[in-house]
Amino acid sequence: MRLRFPFVMNCGLFTTSYREDMAVLFAPAAKLKVAAIIGFLLAFPLFVSPYYVSVANLIAIAVIGALGLNILTGFTGQISIGHGAFMGVGAYTVGVLTTKLGLSFWVALPLAGLMAALVGAVFGIPSLRLKGLYLAIATLAAQVIIEYTIIHWTSLTGGSAGIVLEPLRLGTLSLGTDTGFYYFALLLTLAAVVFTVNLFRSRVGRAFMAVRDRDIAASVTGINLLRHKVLAFGLSAFYAGIAGALLAGYTRVITPEHFTVDVSVKYLAMIIIGGLGSVMGSIYGALFITLLPILLRALADFAGTFFQGIENLLLAMQTALFGLIVILFLIFEPEGLAKLWQDVKNYFRLWPFSY
Amino acid sequence: MKQLIVRELSLHFGGVAALFNVSLEVNKGEILAVIGPNGAGKTSLLNCINGLYRPSSGRIIFKDRDITRFPPHCRAKLGISRTFQNIELFKHLSVLDNIMLGRHLHMRSGILAGSIYWGWAQREEVVHRRRVEEIIDFLEIESVRHKPVGMLPYGLQKRVELGRALALEPELLLLDEPMAGMNAEEKEDMARFILDIAEEWGTTMILIEHDMGVVMDISDRVAVFDFGQKIAEGVPAEVREDPRVIEAYLGHQTTAGTC
Ligand SMILES: Nc1ncnc2c1ncn2[C@@H]1O[C@H](COP(=O)(O)OP(=O)(O)OP(=O)(O)O)[C@@H](O)[C@H]1O
Ligand SMILES: [Mg+2]
Repeated sequence: MRLRFPFVMNCGLFTTSYREDMAVLFAPAAKLKVAAIIGFLLAFPLFVSPYYVSVANLIAIAVIGALGLNILTGFTGQISIGHGAFMGVGAYTVGVLTTKLGLSFWVALPLAGLMAALVGAVFGIPSLRLKGLYLAIATLAAQVIIEYTIIHWTSLTGGSAGIVLEPLRLGTLSLGTDTGFYYFALLLTLAAVVFTVNLFRSRVGRAFMAVRDRDIAASVTGINLLRHKVLAFGLSAFYAGIAGALLAGYTRVITPEHFTVDVSVKYLAMIIIGGLGSVMGSIYGALFITLLPILLRALADFAGTFFQGIENLLLAMQTALFGLIVILFLIFEPEGLAKLWQDVKNYFRLWPFSY
Repeated sequence: MKQLIVRELSLHFGGVAALFNVSLEVNKGEILAVIGPNGAGKTSLLNCINGLYRPSSGRIIFKDRDITRFPPHCRAKLGISRTFQNIELFKHLSVLDNIMLGRHLHMRSGILAGSIYWGWAQREEVVHRRRVEEIIDFLEIESVRHKPVGMLPYGLQKRVELGRALALEPELLLLDEPMAGMNAEEKEDMARFILDIAEEWGTTMILIEHDMGVVMDISDRVAVFDFGQKIAEGVPAEVREDPRVIEAYLGHQTTAGTC
């Protein structure tokens, strides 16, 4: 039994075994907090309108995609501008497997992840020789090649008309509704978060970070650079593929414009604003970038009730504003929302002894 | 028994010969010091031995295997590890993670086991954490184990780098100026660690060092380099008296004086 001064939040906590020392959630307060968040997420659809549930669904998908890109760019240090295309590979794999081969979505979903992983790994091979800007261009080439294939392989992908999916069902349960899909997406998103946290406290994830920090030292420490870079590309694309497949299952329409280079850039913005190399950052970034246009629209509508016509002007400036926010983050908080939030928490953690 | 044989090694950068026709043999369990003026090719020699540089000609034979064409990670697997002249730590990671990375080759978990974590990967983490803690104890860096290495003072970073190299359990350890930039006390600690490593694990070491006092004290043999060539080799007392060595060192000093 430990006696603790209740107003000092995390003082007097000591670990007594390596297992405890390595635990992500050791403090009882942290466990409680996570339980509360999960409880909130489970109850969320009961209290809000379907519109907000649909927004939450898009956020969940974005979180999985952002985690994937952060694994590659934030944790392994390999930039990619092809993430949108890898999501496309996942979406079209689901589309083709369910409509052409009649497979169920549940079989097609993991296959979509694996297919994207395979494509991602292949396009990751140049990363052994290319770094920084050169790698960026190589992954941009991947994006262009995949987009081109999707648009022109009409017999398989339906070209610009795309593919339309059946509503999702799980046995007799309909996941075609916003709320049904919500619980499914929530489950997958939580799994993705837990997997990513675990990965980076075990062998392969640590090797990824070593490659990012000092590739020369990593190689003399026995890390096979090519293997780990290709693994990171594959794993990142796996997450992208799952996210793309989910998006396909949710919107039920798969068309090329959902997977353009704009999408790749949007995901890069998520992890930069959220925090490179941070799991929580991926979540914050996905939240922020998904909500931003929605908030801007609400703001514009609100302003429009006072000044006739201003809403159109504000909406037109949306892209510029988006760019401005990214630039401001790069300048003032390069470590992103995750760092910002950490600073706030650190301030209060030892409160009232914050100095 | 010869553990490492370097045979007629040459390495060119454009017109510069960083190494020229160097041959060297290292016995199992000995500490070989490599000395020489700046730019003599000492670091280049280590870079060739652990695979960061591809020599223009010559062979490198480790434990009777020709490793000349092996990439660095394969040489690490065969038992060669090293520290760097300019510290090359994983600077965003903690001391623990840096040294745990030295266990990479001894661990097995892949992406799937690691992502699931509970069970296999966790057990493996605990087992290797125990080994890492032994190294942390040995190097007396317990109090900073959770700190990001980038925040540590220079002397401690050098120790962590040694810890990472030790975690590989190498048979051949390459140390590139492990005491450079340290004060007398830190040097003494480092010298003690090196001698303890030799005694406890019988690790063969190649040590680059400028401090002649340290070299005379802890090395079994000394190889002297100048302008990419090996100009002398022998036990410390012999080498100290060698006229070519005195010439290399004093000669450089007089040219420096005329500038
Ligand atoms: N990557 C490289 N590219 C070009 N030249 C190099 C490279 N590495 C080493 N050299 C050259 O090779 C020669 C030997 O350098 P090396 O670093 O091996 O010397 P050193 O004996 O370790 O010197 P110091 O005591 O200063 O560390 C130098 O002339 C150096 O400029
Ligand atoms: Mg050197």
